[in-house]
Amino acid sequence: MVKVASTFGRSGTHDYILIRASAIIMALYAIFLMSFFVTAEPLTYAAWTNLFASLGMKIFTMLALTSVLIHGWIGIWQVLTDYVKHSGLRAFIQFVVCVALMAYWLAGLLVVWPVEGV
Amino acid sequence: MKTLKISVYRYNPDVDNAPYMKDYTLEVEEGRDMMVLDVLLKLKEQDPTLAFRRSCREGVCGSDGLNMNGKNGLACITPLSALNGGSKKVVIRPLPGLPVIRDLIVDMSQFYKQYEKIKPYLINDDKTPPARERLQSPEERAKLDGLYECILCACCSTSCPSFWWNPDKFVGPAGLLHAYRFLIDSRDTATEQRLDDLDDAFSVFRCHGIMNCVNVCPKGLNPTKAIGHIKSMLLNRAI
Ligand code: SF4
Ligand code: SF4
Ligand code: FES
Repeated sequence: MVKVASTFGRSGTHDYILIRASAIIMALYAIFLMSFFVTAEPLTYAAWTNLFASLGMKIFTMLALTSVLIHGWIGIWQVLTDYVKHSGLRAFIQFVVCVALMAYWLAGLLVVWPVEGV
Repeated sequence: MKTLKISVYRYNPDVDNAPYMKDYTLEVEEGRDMMVLDVLLKLKEQDPTLAFRRSCREGVCGSDGLNMNGKNGLACITPLSALNGGSKKVVIRPLPGLPVIRDLIVDMSQFYKQYEKIKPYLINDDKTPPARERLQSPEERAKLDGLYECILCACCSTSCPSFWWNPDKFVGPAGLLHAYRFLIDSRDTATEQRLDDLDDAFSVFRCHGIMNCVNVCPKGLNPTKAIGHIKSMLLNRAI
């Protein structure tokens, strides 16, 4: 019926699942980091570096950043299609946000992946 | 007798440049309640240019959906006492989000278009229809309760922000309530096609569960619940 089926996923249902699944991953990541801050006593450079030196943490971080990318992409599109009626302006804002999201993802990869333990 | 202050949205595109609020006063009997529709009828005696729709005057036809003191409802079954205890000023406006034709009369085309889109009729591709009628068990019939009672008054859809922003793409609570009514009807065989038609980012998924629709439905129906069921059906199919 509506021709603009979705933005990131294959369908509205797919978008709906993606936005929720990515929210869960982001929540888990945030909770994990919080508990690390609270429990790592004292919070030293070594503890912080060693955390990110493990492969599991690198993957978890990239998963979280991928979730930010997907969640932001779909979420911004939903908000923009509600409130920005001028399609040119909407496309421009969507473009800027998506480029920023991809930049975050890439920057995150370049920062996190080479980390080695001390 | 006490004096009631009423402010009514007025707009006649033939003579007015812009809509305005017009103040009226009405003498009403102390200690007696009355419906907003009766107030409007009295105001029309004072000022015959005031235009509004009504028909059954008992909450059955759905033609006098209005915004009264900020809340949508049917004027004929909304007592004055329900609006700020009937003491303060009464503000009457047309249903929000739809184009105004004149005064309290709105153009419902967009609303009906969404209703039409969900194919509000039984589809059955049975090659050999039964000789008399398609029977349902009492359990199957019970599933339609809370869905078929909708009178299409548009109070719900015009209170829904998602419908205000995308009235051409989001089906809206009323249409979706009807969509679910046919999706779970045991006699309807087009369930898959119906779900295909709803599986985009707007038709159903623009509902974010704000529940304004439930808050205003004069028939006490729950479109949000029906929408939740449609979402589950779409998810079950996708996973
Ligand atoms: S629950 Fe959904 S349909 Fe109802 S008012 Fe909210 S967004 Fe609209
Ligand atoms: S669901 Fe309720 S508010 Fe909405 S159109 Fe039907 S009767 Fe009116
Ligand atoms: S006049 Fe029919 S519902 Fe109010």
